[in-house]
Amino acid sequence: MKKLIASFLLPAATFIALPAVLLASSVVLPGSPAAMASEGGPRLDRAPIKPTDVVSLQRGARTFANYCLNCHSASLMRWNRLEELGLNEAQITDNLIFDGAKVGDLMNVSMTRKDARKWFGAAPPDLSVIARARGADWLYSYLRGFYRDPARPTGWNNAVFENVGMPNPLWQLQGQRVRVEEAVKGEDREERKESHGGVLKVAKYEMAIPGSLTPVEYDQTVADLVNFLVYMGEPAAISRKQIGIFVLLYLLALWPLVYLLKREFWKDVH
Amino acid sequence: MAAAEKPPVTGTGSVALDGLLTWIDARFPLISTWKAHLTEYYAPKNFNFWYYFGSLAMLVLAIQIVTGIFLTMNYKPDANLAFASVEYIMREVPGGWIIRYMHSTGASAFFICVYLHMFRSLLYGSHRKPRELLWVFGVLIYLCLMGEAFFGYLLPWGQMSYWGAQVIINLFSAIPFIGPDLSLWIRGDYVIADATLNRFFALHVIAIPLVLLGLVMAHLLALHEVGSNNPDGIDINKHKDANGVPLDGIPFHPYYTVKDILGVVVFLIVFAIIVFFAPEMGGYFLEANNFIPANPLQTPPHIAPVWYFTPYYSILRGVPPLFHSQFPGVVAMGLSVMILFALPWLDRGAVKSIRYRGTHFKVALTAFVIVFLILGYLGTEPITVWGQFGGWLGHADRATVVARICTVIYFLFFILMPWYTKVDKTKPEPERVTH
Repeated sequence: MKKLIASFLLPAATFIALPAVLLASSVVLPGSPAAMASEGGPRLDRAPIKPTDVVSLQRGARTFANYCLNCHSASLMRWNRLEELGLNEAQITDNLIFDGAKVGDLMNVSMTRKDARKWFGAAPPDLSVIARARGADWLYSYLRGFYRDPARPTGWNNAVFENVGMPNPLWQLQGQRVRVEEAVKGEDREERKESHGGVLKVAKYEMAIPGSLTPVEYDQTVADLVNFLVYMGEPAAISRKQIGIFVLLYLLALWPLVYLLKREFWKDVH
Repeated sequence: MAAAEKPPVTGTGSVALDGLLTWIDARFPLISTWKAHLTEYYAPKNFNFWYYFGSLAMLVLAIQIVTGIFLTMNYKPDANLAFASVEYIMREVPGGWIIRYMHSTGASAFFICVYLHMFRSLLYGSHRKPRELLWVFGVLIYLCLMGEAFFGYLLPWGQMSYWGAQVIINLFSAIPFIGPDLSLWIRGDYVIADATLNRFFALHVIAIPLVLLGLVMAHLLALHEVGSNNPDGIDINKHKDANGVPLDGIPFHPYYTVKDILGVVVFLIVFAIIVFFAPEMGGYFLEANNFIPANPLQTPPHIAPVWYFTPYYSILRGVPPLFHSQFPGVVAMGLSVMILFALPWLDRGAVKSIRYRGTHFKVALTAFVIVFLILGYLGTEPITVWGQFGGWLGHADRATVVARICTVIYFLFFILMPWYTKVDKTKPEPERVTH
């Protein structure tokens, strides 16, 4: 028995070591690809999302259909896939589809890319896999990062995505924030290094005109929306993990059998 | 007729099966091939952990071919459709996401297996006489694999696919005189476009795999001609019994087939953990930027190849340009791979295995591994990752300086090898294999 365990430990440990190093680095640095993309960018808030929370996903789908799906398409996603979220065809058709699309259609928008470029300077990106490109934390911070900026053509700017082309689509919910730069005397050495002449400028955001939601409610709305975007990025993610558990259980059960087979064959090799 | 002289096949336990195999064996070298490559191919009995990766690499090759066939059933090699067709596989093809993740994870797994397989060779001197040609076939397989990975990476038509291919194809334009025409010829267009995607698809799904299969066959035939090396680096054919069977050899089948299955199950456990629980591997196996469709007008802020190319990418970036030309970097990168071909002739050690080598080789190999890993890490990051030196070093990027030092050590490992392996104080080899 001791030999059995020992013979497994070394190969397994070494086998696992290499992927484990990679995996560990991805765990220690959550959303490292997104972090890499915004090198030196703003600090991102961690998105409080729960991919298995179906109610949160339904709320996210509602916000998405109401506020995003007018300019942005999700052209790789079919409406009736939302049945996975516990909605039936009638609920999807009556509450989420506003443009007469059939429930088996893709989530397209009628605005052409040519018009979009003319109106916004850049066509709004398709959002089907945006969560996989940007990461949940980035989206969560970005959607909460809008503030009023009269210098911009749309009147909006964003703390996470500077000079963004999109005006705040959720302004009625969030309200209108303004950016206030505050001069703070650098206390510790690290702050002084970054500041100019011992004075550090810190950006603060103040609510100028409150929206229909309180900041806490707004954060929850955005979290639900991001949760939905993450789901939409890989709808199979939940079943992927569920199937994975059975695959692993099978392989772990197979291993001792294969080990005993090998030992039986090798017992005459000295 | 020779066929009539063969003895009939017996021992399957079924008269009908015996008859069928006898019929086939009279017309095809069935029994002789079976014996030569499996039941009477004698492998040293002391194979250890490092000897799993050859068979595992073959397993991954099989996974890549089978999943690849199923991917081509739904993938569209068209610049307007490619990105969406991959997501179509991920969303609407039943089981499509498993196939796709197995293929994308398989690409990385292939390189992990091959790198460990090559490292085994460095450890135990498997590239030394009489296995030089076996090693050369192996390096050719490695080159094919790099081509296969490069061509395949364009197919999802994401931003990283596009700009990664852009960077690599532009390397060819750094070649003096013929460069610009050459890169135009490779692309088939003035920018990477539909024509490039189509030809890369053809190369990825048929041309390179055919060559790869042929080379794997040659690699195996060469192996079975000269016999397997072992962790002691000694020749097991020096001691044979009365029947001419090496005393330290055991038939490949069933001993190593049954042992390799053990390795396969452990490998599949790791493989399944990645496929089902971390298919992106934190951005190392599937990059976040590749979920943005290719956009020729928007260069991503940071372009990095997939991890298995990053050591060479670091060498490319590290070498300073000459007369505003990146050509020296391209040459260094090319040489860093090509120098592997010379390995059997650079190694002059009195013994093969690291078990009996002296300090010189052990230090050199350790330095090489560390340097290879540092270069690999730096290749995934922007050159500003470690900040800059102060004015005393001209505000040089620290990462670039480190990459240059590592590049020099990388090449010194090979260039100085004839010297340090020769002067090394080696230990005596045993007569028979040890465990």
